[in-house]
Amino acid sequence: MADFEIPILTTTVEKMVQWARRSAIWPVTFGLACCAIEMMAMSASRYDIARFGAEVFRGSPRQSDLMIVAGRLSRKMAPVLRRIYDQMPEPKYVISMGACASVGGVFDNYAIVQGVDQIVPVDVFVPGCPPRPESLIYGIVQLQKKIGQSRMGELTSDTEQRVKLA
Amino acid sequence: MDAQAIVDLLKPSYPDGALEAAPAADGMPSIYIVPEHLQAVCRELRDRPELRLVFAADMTAVDFMPREPRFEVVVLLANFGMAGYGETPQRLRVKVRVSGTDPRIPTISGVWPSMNWAERELWDLFGIQVEGHPDMRRILMPDDWEGHPARKDYPVQIKKPYKVFEALQLTPQEFAANLRADRERARED
Repeated sequence: MADFEIPILTTTVEKMVQWARRSAIWPVTFGLACCAIEMMAMSASRYDIARFGAEVFRGSPRQSDLMIVAGRLSRKMAPVLRRIYDQMPEPKYVISMGACASVGGVFDNYAIVQGVDQIVPVDVFVPGCPPRPESLIYGIVQLQKKIGQSRMGELTSDTEQRVKLA
Repeated sequence: MDAQAIVDLLKPSYPDGALEAAPAADGMPSIYIVPEHLQAVCRELRDRPELRLVFAADMTAVDFMPREPRFEVVVLLANFGMAGYGETPQRLRVKVRVSGTDPRIPTISGVWPSMNWAERELWDLFGIQVEGHPDMRRILMPDDWEGHPARKDYPVQIKKPYKVFEALQLTPQEFAANLRADRERARED
């Protein structure tokens, strides 16, 4: 660093925005079942997601970028999940955590949604029952890679698609 | 007090066959009651000084399909054996045989208010009508659900389309018009 005479870096606005977005992902708390315990472990000091800038769990969807769907989603809870997702501002991302959220897991029955991708668009699926905190951290790192390749102006939700359909 | 002693205690005020002791593999006192006398017997179980079964812990049903009568409603009662709530601790399992063609029982939520939600669950999951219930709605499944999932003949793995709300879709013009209308209303008030 000492070689630099002038403290200036040149980059593109897009790269700058990508860096800002992926370095401070604020998740909304959406623990639904036992996966939420691993999610909490991930944010606590032992696994420490603060190393990746995603430790600020918000109680309000209005302040969040990421929704970690942690656990099985019941049919009655599905509208609530969708509403909270709709309340998040763009850009927004979804991680489907664990077998139940991703495909229904052991709950192959009438009451549980067989995959939250039927309700909201999912960016990263994390397998496991429940996934260990390391797996979830890996999922977040994958999401960061995805954000690093995203275009600045594009919508991340299915809103764009729905507007086209309307 | 074992099941037979309880039946002998209550029997005189009811017609023959209204009460009988039930076999129980776990040794817990169990009795059968016919639906017509359920409310009256339950009131006695709660109020008789010898019994004082003041606490209704749970109510559920068992589906014995294809046997007839198909259902057995089970109520779990207890007496704490503490001041004002009976002399000695006591438990009792009350069973009611219910037919499969037109399953219905009278409500006992008037005797034990805690049975209000349990009876709603009984209707929701087993489809057993509870007559005289003050607030009969589904409790676990969505209000517009069809069928009763805890029945033996229910297709557990059925897939139905999921219902979600759509976010309110408004054009900027409609949004502005709504705001203006709200302001007008506020001014009139």
